[in-house]
Amino acid sequence: MSKYRMASAPSTQVGQGGSLSRRTFLRGVSLSAMALSGSSLLAACGTEGAKQTAGSCVSEDLSASQKQLNFSNWPLYMDQTKVNQGGKSVTVYPTLQKFQQELDIEVKYVTDVNDNSEFFGIVRNQLAECESSGRDIFVLTDWMAARMISLGWLQKLDKNNLANVEANLVENLRAPSWDESRDYSVPWQSGLTGIAYNSELTSEVGSFEELLTRSDLKGKVTLLSEMHDTMMFMLLLQGADPEDFTSDEFGAAMERLQEVVDAGQIRSFTGNEYGQDLVKGNVVACEAWSGDVVQLQYDNPNIKFVAPEEGLALWSDNMLVPNKATHKTNAESLMDFYYDPKMAAELAAWVNYICPVAGAREEMTKIDPDLVENELIFPGDELMAKTYGFMGLDEKSEQDYQRQFAAVMGA
Amino acid sequence: MSVADVGETLEGRTGKPPRKRARRSGWSTGYLLLLPGLLWLLVFFVAPTIQLAATSLYDSAGSLEAGYAMTWSFGNYLDALSTYREQFVRSLIYATTATGLALLLGYPLAYAIAFKAGRFKNLMLMLVIAPFFTSFLVRTLAWKSILADNGAVVETLKSVGILAPDGRLLATSVAVITGLTYNFLPFMVLPLYASLEKIDPRLLEAGKDLYANGFTAFRKITVPLSMPGVVAGTLLTFIPAAGDYINSELLGTPRQYMIGNVIDNTFLVQLNYPIAAACSVVLMVVVVVMVLLYVRRAGTEDLV
Repeated sequence: MSKYRMASAPSTQVGQGGSLSRRTFLRGVSLSAMALSGSSLLAACGTEGAKQTAGSCVSEDLSASQKQLNFSNWPLYMDQTKVNQGGKSVTVYPTLQKFQQELDIEVKYVTDVNDNSEFFGIVRNQLAECESSGRDIFVLTDWMAARMISLGWLQKLDKNNLANVEANLVENLRAPSWDESRDYSVPWQSGLTGIAYNSELTSEVGSFEELLTRSDLKGKVTLLSEMHDTMMFMLLLQGADPEDFTSDEFGAAMERLQEVVDAGQIRSFTGNEYGQDLVKGNVVACEAWSGDVVQLQYDNPNIKFVAPEEGLALWSDNMLVPNKATHKTNAESLMDFYYDPKMAAELAAWVNYICPVAGAREEMTKIDPDLVENELIFPGDELMAKTYGFMGLDEKSEQDYQRQFAAVMGA
Repeated sequence: MSVADVGETLEGRTGKPPRKRARRSGWSTGYLLLLPGLLWLLVFFVAPTIQLAATSLYDSAGSLEAGYAMTWSFGNYLDALSTYREQFVRSLIYATTATGLALLLGYPLAYAIAFKAGRFKNLMLMLVIAPFFTSFLVRTLAWKSILADNGAVVETLKSVGILAPDGRLLATSVAVITGLTYNFLPFMVLPLYASLEKIDPRLLEAGKDLYANGFTAFRKITVPLSMPGVVAGTLLTFIPAAGDYINSELLGTPRQYMIGNVIDNTFLVQLNYPIAAACSVVLMVVVVVMVLLYVRRAGTEDLV
């Protein structure tokens, strides 16, 4: 007790003696805090538009002198194998290693894309300010690629460096509405969105209409929380064209979805986690991504993928080069390398998504003949004819549709 | 010999009182030690909070493409509150329920560790902390297996008739609250243990000498003395639980979404930054006000 008293009493004396007292000190601290926060308040008065143009944000290409490349991709999206290195088991990427050896470019490969929106949130500030995002290539789904293009955040690719891509990109993916001549994007892998069901627990679910109305499925169905995927089916059910629809058609599709949700048919809206529920039997049928289903079938052969009668979604995850990436030519070398059918087949044999490279199917016969016949990796023309893309949306309608969709999900 | 006495003898020995110098350096040292923390708070707390508050007042008609104008749109708050009232209320209900459950589970546990564990005390404390050795996500995902539709828990509940034959736990509020309770239980147990452990057992003996039975002694001695632990524990559980969005995301559905999910969705998916910021500010203000009222009622003299 006396110790405290000794310590505190004299300090006031010192203050009275003319030097800094506690009170003035605190006042000083809070004043400087206010000054600092005041200035940041001024800085925070509104934000500039985030849109960039080729003129407003010029990037430099150091590929000639720097043989390196920073590559951000989704997890489990690159063939990998474990090797023993100095007594430790290390994961390596065989095709990527080949690329590094052949072109003598050092690749820093990071699997830090887990979600399109989340990734957008990560690079948003840098790209809006025309600063480097620290990445030379990242891989994003169509609709997000479309948004990045309309914001002017991507570098235009040089077709002269993309001979394999020009030659081997499959026909259906050559002219998406949001990047008609593939000036900014090159598909990494593609996939289908359709229906998956557990054949042990239910009879075949052949159409989206069935999924939404069959009473034996009530409360055992999940849809994807990805607006573009789910609304594509709802639009098809309304007889609208998902590649070219009006906001009225969208509104009607949304109303139908609301009815289905209100009826208790839908257990939940999910991201990737539907796979676990489907294998465990918590869910018997759901809207699903083809590549996931191929993987799930290894664990549970009763999981089946159906191309719904209404049609299905064909989407791609695209390699993009952001503004201020300094190794664009190296990035183009990598894109072209993976459009060599041999490499594409090796990749597809591991990843199990749809391979966007023509000629990879022939190469696959040498790697894994079983996969050649798998329609979820090499879909036939008949299946491809039933696929749709989603209209590219401007920011305002994207925002508006996302808001409506979120409201129905959480109502 | 008290501390003061020591000081005096020391002074006596050196002859001249070294008071002034010692005091002054001791005084400024205190503030110098505060400086790194204050700077940290300024840069990583005060500045972002102001930025957040500013964003919440931007014109919500703006867009990323065109930019946002500062229009002091207090209407954003009305918008946020009316659109997401349900999720706000749900967050508070879930967090309160989870805190109550954690207290019910945590108090006996902390009591047992403090008074009855004997040589197992350290082991039991270790076990309380053990979940922190794995990731929050992995632990929450594990609950998906535990509560699965055809898992043991649901089957048992169905067979004793607590759950309807077509009932389920996953994708319901029950699962979300269970997850919240589980995930924040250690934050309840540790402060409770700390304050229970400090209780002098002689007080309880004295109580018994005065003819208090076990329950009365518990009620009149243990409970009041453990109040700091209760207050600290409930705060440490309630505050993060109210803002949590992982449990409702993984164990619930969009129908169980809490305000954290709304902020996540409005910010990342809908790109409606002003509304997202307004929701964040409201959550912050509501939690701070509730905590202040609570602390004022419960008293904090013994907390610090």
